[in-house]
Amino acid sequence: MSNYDKHYEVVVVGGGPAGLAAAYSACQNGAKKVLIIERDREVGGILNQCVHNGFGLHYFKEELTGPEYAGRFADMVKGTCADILVDTMVLEITPDKIVKCASQQHGYLAIKADAVVLCMGCRERTRGAIEIPGDRSAGVLTAGTAQRYVNMEGYMPGKKVVILGSGDIGLIMARRMTLEGAKVLAVVELSPYSNGLNRNIVQCLNDYDIPLYLSHTITNIVGKTRVEKVVISEVDGFTPIPGTEIEFECDTVLLSVGLIPENEISIRAGVTIDPRTRGAVVYENMQTSMEGVFASGNVVHVHDLVDFVTGESIRAGAAAAEFALGKRIGGRVIDVVTKPGVNYTVPQKIRPDNIEKSVDIFFRTNKVRGNSIIRVTSDGAKVAEFKREHMAPGEMEKITIPKVLLDRCGDSIEIVVEDA
Amino acid sequence: MKELICIVCPKGCHLKVDENDNYSVTGNDCPRGAEYGKKELTAPTRMITSTVKVRGGLYSRCPVKTAAPIPKGLIFEAMKLLDNVELQAPVRVGDVVVEDICGTGIAFIAARNL
Ligand SMILES: Cc1cc2nc3c(=O)[nH]c(=O)nc-3n(C[C@H](O)[C@H](O)[C@H](O)COP(=O)(O)OP(=O)(O)OC[C@H]3O[C@@H](n4cnc5c(N)ncnc54)[C@H](O)[C@@H]3O)c2cc1C
Ligand code: SF4
Repeated sequence: MSNYDKHYEVVVVGGGPAGLAAAYSACQNGAKKVLIIERDREVGGILNQCVHNGFGLHYFKEELTGPEYAGRFADMVKGTCADILVDTMVLEITPDKIVKCASQQHGYLAIKADAVVLCMGCRERTRGAIEIPGDRSAGVLTAGTAQRYVNMEGYMPGKKVVILGSGDIGLIMARRMTLEGAKVLAVVELSPYSNGLNRNIVQCLNDYDIPLYLSHTITNIVGKTRVEKVVISEVDGFTPIPGTEIEFECDTVLLSVGLIPENEISIRAGVTIDPRTRGAVVYENMQTSMEGVFASGNVVHVHDLVDFVTGESIRAGAAAAEFALGKRIGGRVIDVVTKPGVNYTVPQKIRPDNIEKSVDIFFRTNKVRGNSIIRVTSDGAKVAEFKREHMAPGEMEKITIPKVLLDRCGDSIEIVVEDA
Repeated sequence: MKELICIVCPKGCHLKVDENDNYSVTGNDCPRGAEYGKKELTAPTRMITSTVKVRGGLYSRCPVKTAAPIPKGLIFEAMKLLDNVELQAPVRVGDVVVEDICGTGIAFIAARNL
């Protein structure tokens, strides 16, 4: 008897947009036995709760809502060989790629995979993670949790709301709560600029006259059982400035203070994590440090556009299928090294032998910038240069390096961003 | 003179629109910004996305959206039309939920299968 219940060529962990695209692509690239394992009731991931529009402009060339984008991909996957197991949580992946899970319907399952694609997405940072002072009253929740309550379950979390964090999720929820009849008193942002897209500042805050307090943070939450009052203060860097306090009477605080890739399973399996992204270190084809284990989507690095999640996952799924069918990749490895102005890159490692025409490198810059130059060098010599008129940490950057240039590089390339 | 941020592309140019000179736009780096600036001051429109009650589905809310952008001034009136809507599953993406939003001829349609 074998020590597993079922065998698949490619097992995809997580059925969000990343998992759906990876499974679709694995089937398109010759895999015959593909499985998606999803812990929720249905596939679609975070998109099911993102009822606003703005998805798919790149991939489908039209502006869709989150559920529509997820629905289209779910339909595409239905037309392939892929099986889907919902209500099933992956607990562990062993070094010999046995995927152990707990399923509502089937109980404990051990599934043998030839290749695995990790697509577990992100979870939100919580109050504990950023240690806001004050009472531990009810009414403090993450913006994503509130989004699920309002858009899927049908509960309003409160009537008078202060939102901490001006990333896209915070901005989208400011509008959503307003449309549903709540009063959003303030969006409070620690940085001197918003991390959200301009279109969200305009359409979610300005349209509804919701004030945005930049360089401010919440310095106290007051309330015996339920939140009654929030105090915000201006900050100098990270330090609150005494005397700048503003008070808001409110019953709810939404936290939109960042996402963390869900990598507990990856870490336990032995996958190397990049401390900068908190996701796996990946090669050009999205393989992790573990042979035959791939990763894509928000579990690798936080994306703002789902279209890029899809693109990355299509590459991961194709590479997983090729691996399952016996392809092995060798040759030398070029390390991508980040220099000032570049917070991280994906991929972190490139094997030129596995590049057909060119490689795309994604990264984020460290601050809002006007005219800038992205310089790529190797062994001190120029490889390529790219001009940008505008860069911001909230917007993922992409540069494309042709194979001919890579072939001339040494064992590492360095990427730096400078003012033009 | 009115100042706006262009939202057509991520660059976010800071536009100045002159109401007294046929809404002429400056500060735009491309023609799309001029078009946006004029429309935003003369006839701004928005897509509205929300949810309505649904019975017998996987969840108790079904996402909906306007089939096309509607005038910005009608947002809250349009939202009121959704308050008493109750759908019965199965719902198909594209199903009409409210036929005519405040005389615009634009419908609210379902944005997922449920
Ligand atoms: C509030 C919000 C607003 C956004 N707005 C936009 C927008 O306007 N436009 C845009 O293009 N993008 C937007 N995005 C970004 C986009 O939605 C994400 O980048 C994308 O959903 C990431 O896809 P994913 O598949 O990597 O992760 P997810 O969608 O999070 O999917 C991960 C899936 O894995 C499952 N999973 C995790 N762990 C396990 C396990 N152990 N076992 C089984 N299953 C597991 C989860 O249940 C989930 O279904 C937004 C994101 C958020 C949160
Ligand atoms: S004016 Fe043109 S370049 Fe500037 S933000 Fe608008 S669309 Fe982009």
